[in-house]
Amino acid sequence: MSGAPASGAAVPLLAVEGLKKHFPILGGLLRRPVAWVQAVDGIDFAVAPGETLGVVGESGCGKSTTARLLMHLVAPDAGTVRFGGRAINAPGGIGLSELRRQMQMVFQDSYASLNPRLTVADTIASAPAGHGMKRADAQRLAHDLLARVGLEPALFLRRYPHELSGGQRQRVNIARALALSPRLLILDEAVSALDKSVEAQVLNLLLDLKDDLGLTYIFISHDLNVVQFISDRVMVMYLGRVVEIGPVEAIYAEPAHPYTRALLDSMPAMDPDRRTTEPPLSGDPPNPINPPSGCRFRTRCTFAEAVCTAREPALDTVAGAKFAGHHAACHMARAGSGHSKAPAPGAGGDSANPVTAGARP
Amino acid sequence: MTDAPGANGAEPLLAVEGLHVAFHGPDGAVEVLNGVDFALARGEVLCLLGESGSGKSVTLRTILRLHNPKRTRVSGAVRFAGQDVLGLGERAMSQLRGGDIALIFQEPATAFDPVYSVGRQIVETIRRHKSVSEAAAWARAVELFQRVQIPSPERRLRAYPHELSGGMRQRAMIALALSCNPSLLLADEPTTALDATVQIQILLLLRRLQQEYGLSVIFVSHDIGVATEIADRIAVMYAGRIVEMGPVREVIRAPLHPYTQGLLGSTVRKGMRARRLNAIPGAPPNLAALPPGCSFAPRCPHAEPRCTAAVPEPIAPAPGQLVRCIRAPLA
Repeated sequence: MSGAPASGAAVPLLAVEGLKKHFPILGGLLRRPVAWVQAVDGIDFAVAPGETLGVVGESGCGKSTTARLLMHLVAPDAGTVRFGGRAINAPGGIGLSELRRQMQMVFQDSYASLNPRLTVADTIASAPAGHGMKRADAQRLAHDLLARVGLEPALFLRRYPHELSGGQRQRVNIARALALSPRLLILDEAVSALDKSVEAQVLNLLLDLKDDLGLTYIFISHDLNVVQFISDRVMVMYLGRVVEIGPVEAIYAEPAHPYTRALLDSMPAMDPDRRTTEPPLSGDPPNPINPPSGCRFRTRCTFAEAVCTAREPALDTVAGAKFAGHHAACHMARAGSGHSKAPAPGAGGDSANPVTAGARP
Repeated sequence: MTDAPGANGAEPLLAVEGLHVAFHGPDGAVEVLNGVDFALARGEVLCLLGESGSGKSVTLRTILRLHNPKRTRVSGAVRFAGQDVLGLGERAMSQLRGGDIALIFQEPATAFDPVYSVGRQIVETIRRHKSVSEAAAWARAVELFQRVQIPSPERRLRAYPHELSGGMRQRAMIALALSCNPSLLLADEPTTALDATVQIQILLLLRRLQQEYGLSVIFVSHDIGVATEIADRIAVMYAGRIVEMGPVREVIRAPLHPYTQGLLGSTVRKGMRARRLNAIPGAPPNLAALPPGCSFAPRCPHAEPRCTAAVPEPIAPAPGQLVRCIRAPLA
């Protein structure tokens, strides 16, 4: 796997520009919108063929809405999504039926995602049959896919979802997602509900499937260790915006956004002699209904200054970044932004990263 | 927090001995606890670590006798501050619940009644256990909200549960739990549903309150990282038994039971990148049909005929440590 960003020579498999979704909150006698939840508020990113993009962030950051927008399970308010260079649902572009053949999704709740009245065989065979495959061929495919995801077909083909454990159900969901030979798999907290010993089995399976089938993954999770384990690049979201994106090494070793740093510092240490002594952030993530002006993170940021309230920072190349394709939306990462910790305009690549320097005021 | 294991020295605050619990369902009895023994010292934090169905939450709930007695068979002993908890009358039991022993859950929304303000519920709890005036109980509630670091406590006390954020509700539930000065706090995955940046705040708060009040805590978790942040000792549970118990450093750094070793090998840690994990094969056993002998034997890489002959007896490889595995080194 390469850590190269999607901005290379090849056409990205998925390119997202200005994607936006605001959900109305209806109120009053006439059920009119009284406020809007800014679930996803204008995000841009790309995914190269064969790479795994990890998406992290806390509740309300918009990571799951982003997945649903990509699948067109909810219609975006604005923005374009291009798959293999073709716009989705546009003249001359790629239709929804074709898109959902190329792009599949696995959800966190392995039970709710399965029809309780269908056997495992019929669950996996239903999509190919719906796309015109002969019944016998679809059943043979179900047999092969079940073996592929590590479930003995003779034992599992005739079972119903309630007869399976959580890990087995998630394997069936993965087999079903693979039934139409998609190129891109969106895994939305797909291992989060599993016990650790089962999570490890499913992560191993995902690594194998990716190598064997040349898949591309978008891996959404709140678990930063798992994201580091599986991702080539990582995108960090906060209140509907992308605050940082870059190669996994850059995000974990050289986080440029204070929020990324706080997320990493919030992970339990796994070492009884190096326990956390101070919480990296105070308070809960703010409500996406009325996000703060300027930088949305400023209300929880220890580095916030006047410029952070006045102007929203753009997602831009990190000044002095050690890794190509490392972008952050922070005034401190941009030369001449007016923030006291920003590098001077024209400064070289050796300027200290104020976020990793640990200089907490 | 102290490093001393609970079993030695002074009389333990809580002692659980040979605890067996079975639930009667439509398909017969399910043996959920199969002989659980441990002791907890005053001021000690013990973490019960395990996966779904290991019996960690059932152990907590049995201490408070929260299971329906008609459908539950309990044997063994639970001794708390010299009292035989399983033999107490209903009245004494309800004094114990929320009084000397408090419980906090994963989902704070279920701990509060949605139609009353959180302040009213805390005042009610205080007055149920202590004969104090409404005003005195309210003053105590304000003080508790300050202790759990809720800003503008007077305003937050008048709020309804849904008006508080997830982290704030969890703090309010901790305040409710502390309202009657418990000596034992039972915590059932209290940070699991929280975001990462909020989880660490609540863990640090619990650690501070535990020290300030000298509380004994049993903390149930499936997360080794969380256990490492909070526990003095860890008891690893599998299929209704404690398979390994010891000080947090020993269990995390030098696990003795193959299940603990497998669990640590299955856990993705900081800095691990895209190499296959040493996953434990298979799945935990069906509690309605436990395998003979060691319950972990069917998944164990070291299993041999002796493992299935009888349930391994606990071995103490070092003072304060315990492991149920025939391969464990003897002291």
